[in-house]
Amino acid sequence: MKYIDEFRTGTLAQKIATKIASEANTQRDYHFMEFCGGHTHAISRFGISDLLPDNVHLIHGPGCPVCVLPIGRVENAIRLAQTPGLILCSYGDMLRIPTATGMSLLKAKAQGADIRMVYSSADAIKIAQNNPQHQVVFFAIGFETTTPPTAVAIKQAQALGLNNFTVFCNHVLTPSAISHILQSAEVRQLGIVPLNGFIGPAHVSVVIGSQPYEYFAEEFQKPVVIAGFEPLDVMQAILMLLRQINTGRTEVENEFTRAVLPKGNLKAQRLVAEIFELRRVFEWRGLGLVPYSALKIKSCYAGFDAEQRFQIPALSIADNKACECGAILRGVKRPQDCKIFGTVCTPENPIGSCMVSSEGACAAHYSYGRFRDTNHATSKEN
Amino acid sequence: MSRRDIIKPGYMRAVDLKNGCIEMVHGSGGRAMAQLIHQLFLTAFDNEYLRKMNDQACFQSFNGRMVMSTDSHVITPLFFPGGDIGSLSVHGTINDIAMSGAKPSYLAASFILEEGFPLSDLKRIVDSMANAAHAAQVPIVTGDTKVVEKGSGDGVFITTTGIGMVPQGINISSENARPGDKILVSGTLGDHGIAIMALRENLSFHTSITSDTTALHDLVAHMITAAPDIHVLRDPTRGGVATALNEIALQSSVGMMLYENKLPIREQVHAACEFLGLDPLYIANEGKLIAICTAEDSMNLLNAMRAHPLGENAAIIGEIIPDTHCFVQMQTRFGGKRVVDWLSGEQLPRIC
Repeated sequence: MKYIDEFRTGTLAQKIATKIASEANTQRDYHFMEFCGGHTHAISRFGISDLLPDNVHLIHGPGCPVCVLPIGRVENAIRLAQTPGLILCSYGDMLRIPTATGMSLLKAKAQGADIRMVYSSADAIKIAQNNPQHQVVFFAIGFETTTPPTAVAIKQAQALGLNNFTVFCNHVLTPSAISHILQSAEVRQLGIVPLNGFIGPAHVSVVIGSQPYEYFAEEFQKPVVIAGFEPLDVMQAILMLLRQINTGRTEVENEFTRAVLPKGNLKAQRLVAEIFELRRVFEWRGLGLVPYSALKIKSCYAGFDAEQRFQIPALSIADNKACECGAILRGVKRPQDCKIFGTVCTPENPIGSCMVSSEGACAAHYSYGRFRDTNHATSKEN
Repeated sequence: MSRRDIIKPGYMRAVDLKNGCIEMVHGSGGRAMAQLIHQLFLTAFDNEYLRKMNDQACFQSFNGRMVMSTDSHVITPLFFPGGDIGSLSVHGTINDIAMSGAKPSYLAASFILEEGFPLSDLKRIVDSMANAAHAAQVPIVTGDTKVVEKGSGDGVFITTTGIGMVPQGINISSENARPGDKILVSGTLGDHGIAIMALRENLSFHTSITSDTTALHDLVAHMITAAPDIHVLRDPTRGGVATALNEIALQSSVGMMLYENKLPIREQVHAACEFLGLDPLYIANEGKLIAICTAEDSMNLLNAMRAHPLGENAAIIGEIIPDTHCFVQMQTRFGGKRVVDWLSGEQLPRIC
């Protein structure tokens, strides 16, 4: 398939793998964190770690938008969906996320809540237009990639005069999460998470550009290579990170030049700035309270803010004690280090959010990579 | 006896199959029901067994092993490019029977109809079933209809049940896969599922893909002639090839190794899966089969499949390996390895 197969060619992958193997210094280890769930998925689906030498390790980061949403916000959404006459529109990934009591949007739907799976915010607008007698709430989640479409939906709703459409906004910001990880004691002082560089986000960077990462490269002396979501992109980014480290550079490099510009998509950024403003603090699953890491709807668009209209309370609910999602999202543990991985917690019966979305580290390892654990092969995923 | 009971059929007002719709009375066991059965079902499915109008069909039994299978059909939308719930319900059960190597003999069909369902649509569905059964030469010999109140159904649900006869010397079962065996598929994967998804209200996109729904028993008969020692046959419907192979791996206590570059997948299906964030290995098929046989038989079988119109795109996609964990693995085109796991839940689209 055009524009896809070119980035999945096995022969090219072998060439890059050979270069990585010959250039990797055998006297040391390399630890790279792929921030995005899209990368985690590609690494697992294409078996990328099979092509890497034993001393190049990949650490799954917190960039799975479904995984980082705290249970309290999921609980909020479920309670909202249970409001009689209300239609909740959600992306498919969110539907199976369990709360502390094992409830999920999918279970709420089975019990009669009107929950619709949508592909885009535009679908939610259509549902609001077709159901004027119902309140329609769009459960907006995701990083900078999904924020502009939510902004467009609010603008459209305003233009159409839709007074039955609101957004439950849970959009979060990538740079604040990366800063938070780099500032954590686990990385800076304790050295529990050895981190030599980042594979930078693909689609997020299309929107925000490559410039926001320059701060990490300078301040924390960590190289960043922005990479596309195709497997050859990931391989090439690993080679570029390796070369930076071998030559003592800590720069932001852009492997995904076919889509990412230094300044990003200015139109999208303006639109987001018009509709949203920073929250002082937002809870992330695994990372805890992260200052200035999420967006809320500006007061001049309060009419489209579900938190205002439905007086949604702030709920802070602890994760299941046995679940290691938090440590896994921070890169401290691997999925197979969690006691309930693959036993109590499986994709059919997820306890933690990382087991739900195929971008989650646990689900990716369970679905694509767990044969390595049983073969007692050396895992190269950290 | 009242005058009403002796009115000749010629004086009865015909069921309005153009503009009418299903009413509760069509399921109440009275004259309206009898009339619907006569005018619609009997006319379309007509055969010597149905004409007797008994509550059961009576036929000679076979000498040898027989198979029986049943399958319920609840598809939305009811009509789709390449077929409809009617043809699908006939093909589904015929294929389930054929996957034992058996020759399907008879079908039974049971309808659950929702009050208000347009009779014109029902006629389309019933005609389609009749055509499918006729083309497959497997008569529908008995049936049943029930009507549920509006809101209690989704237009029409159809359950078909079938029986068939296994030829002498054929022993096909999902527990028969052995290390060293080859895994074959009869054609392109995922066509049916993508054709259906393209029509769903919240996913609608344009594609030229049509459902592959078809009866596979003729292909199976050809395959058995070429390679009587086929170990396993399975039609990978819901859950796709991945789920079917995982079931077989577990039943046979073996592992599997697939080769991604050997999978026959249409470019349009591949493209649709890419932008929907789905994996073609998990997409439903309704006219494809998986066959597992010894390495020695595999080329013979492949050639026989390719010589049949329903197996033109057949391919050897992998092999059986010893593995106590029963993992289905795949050598990716990219050069790595991964698990091809059971489908978990519904395939939900990813957002990134």
